[in-house]
Amino acid sequence: MKEFWRNFARNRGAVVGLAILLGVLALALLAPLLYPGSPWDMAGMPFAPPGEMGMLLGTDSLGRDVAAGIAHGARVSLLVGAVSTVVALVIGVSLGAFAGYLGGWADDVVMRFTEFFQTIPSFVLAILLVAIFTPTIGSIVFAIAVVSWPPVARVVRAEFLSLRSREFVQASEVLGKSRLSIVFGDILPNALSPIVVLASLMVASAILLESALSFLGLGDPNMMSWGFLIGSGRSVIRIAWWMSVFPGIAIFLTVLSLNLVGEGLSDALNPRLTRNRGGKA
Amino acid sequence: MGASKLPGYLLGRVVKAAIVVLAIVVCNFFLIHAAPGDPASIIAGQSGAADAKFLEQLRAQFGLDQPLHVQLWLYLKGVLTLDLGFSHRQQMPVSTLLWDRLPATLLLTGAAFLFAVGLGVTMGALAARRVGTWGDSVITVLALAFYATPLFWVGLMLVLLFSVTLEWLPSFGMASVGVEMSGLEAVLDVGRHLILPGLTLGLFYVAVYARLTRATMLEVADQDFVKTARAKGVPEGRILRRHILRNALLPVITFAGIQAGQLVGGSILVETVFAWPGIGRLAFEALLARDYQVLMGVFFCTSVMVVLFNLVTDLLYALVDPRVEASA
Repeated sequence: MKEFWRNFARNRGAVVGLAILLGVLALALLAPLLYPGSPWDMAGMPFAPPGEMGMLLGTDSLGRDVAAGIAHGARVSLLVGAVSTVVALVIGVSLGAFAGYLGGWADDVVMRFTEFFQTIPSFVLAILLVAIFTPTIGSIVFAIAVVSWPPVARVVRAEFLSLRSREFVQASEVLGKSRLSIVFGDILPNALSPIVVLASLMVASAILLESALSFLGLGDPNMMSWGFLIGSGRSVIRIAWWMSVFPGIAIFLTVLSLNLVGEGLSDALNPRLTRNRGGKA
Repeated sequence: MGASKLPGYLLGRVVKAAIVVLAIVVCNFFLIHAAPGDPASIIAGQSGAADAKFLEQLRAQFGLDQPLHVQLWLYLKGVLTLDLGFSHRQQMPVSTLLWDRLPATLLLTGAAFLFAVGLGVTMGALAARRVGTWGDSVITVLALAFYATPLFWVGLMLVLLFSVTLEWLPSFGMASVGVEMSGLEAVLDVGRHLILPGLTLGLFYVAVYARLTRATMLEVADQDFVKTARAKGVPEGRILRRHILRNALLPVITFAGIQAGQLVGGSILVETVFAWPGIGRLAFEALLARDYQVLMGVFFCTSVMVVLFNLVTDLLYALVDPRVEASA
């Protein structure tokens, strides 16, 4: 654990990212205390600029406090990001493990299926899914998970392909362990580090996706979110720049921090790899 | 290159593309049926009238009284003849709506793509020649920043800077309203409207392509055939262009194919921000009106665009890399 932290801390960007992320987490947890009451309620004059009338970040067209919206929106963004990543991981890990462990035709079928999902324009599919199943927090999480699992399946499959012929797996097979216990007890724990790194990047892209959906008006109508704030500021950007600028900064900082933490995790979990990061692809 | 095996390779790709398109159509069909409520009442709800007679008529029109596999067959037949249904909101066939909007979207995504590849590859090549300098770090920081910024927000910030504050560029639509223009003047007018949305959509990929080009160029530069060329006394500029860059472009082409879907998805957001009259804007209008027929049409149309773009990148790949024949 100590060594893990030392490797993580060697990447200064990752430490900064972790600090920002903890800050956003604190904001999300403390939102009901900092801004009691609903963020949808009128708090002051409409279009009050930042700093005036006691509004730190100004108010929107209906006099709602932008800062309160950002604090409450942090809860939705983090929640959607985390839950949809967990769902995508469940789908991706199951399919990837199935394909990689069994190989043969099962592998072929699953990989064609994965390729199909990687070819189609995923954002358009997400829009379609949320629109058809009406925008609720559940349908948003479902849609994001449906379009984000393919990279997980590919990574897990590759790990399983290389691990399944190792001695410790063969030993378990000879001992007569069941397939399920080999997959979950022997192989999966050894494939965890790339999954963990991928998961942190997936939370980041899920937050971006959620913000894009709610920007288009596909957010849960009962939940304040960052994308909704920017969307409502779009048409009045000439008179109220603060309505779209600040929520955007919140998204930027959160997603940036998650990406930085992801790189730090990658360094800490694979200390032997060279520190050459060629990009996401 | 010997083109003997190229047709076979391409035929394989075309068949694969056709299967993907077919799968999308089937996917669309089941989505209509997965929607809560029966399709007839959804369509009736969109057109504003929902008396029992109209519902009956719709059910017969869409073959909803038939078994599911017959319905699927009817639907497939319709799509193959480019009949994508009828938008009761807009009182127009979906395919007509899509055809009208397609050129604007192609212009926007094409411009953004060329801008991204052109600037990105140049920046990456420059960074690879001067590893460790400030220009090198700029690319890394830019890529990190653009990975984290929502596309639509970048668009709004550009509007804020260039349209609202500086008043240099238009922020709305594709052409000036209420001005009579002809020939070159009209082209320039569209060009001026294209700058901000094109920049917004392209900027993210500039950083991505720059990073990718830089990484692969550094990798290729270490390989034996480059050392050989250098030992033969080939001029440095020629080595860079003919030996390193040509090989470094392969991953860029592959990546462009992978990213096509994202580019099209991004155009929905960019067109919404800039009121660009393309397919993305159509999707946004359909969303507001809950016009599912049109949304499905957009999904189908954008998917076909991505599949076709992938075919083009496959072809380009085969042209740039002669080795691909052997593996096809």
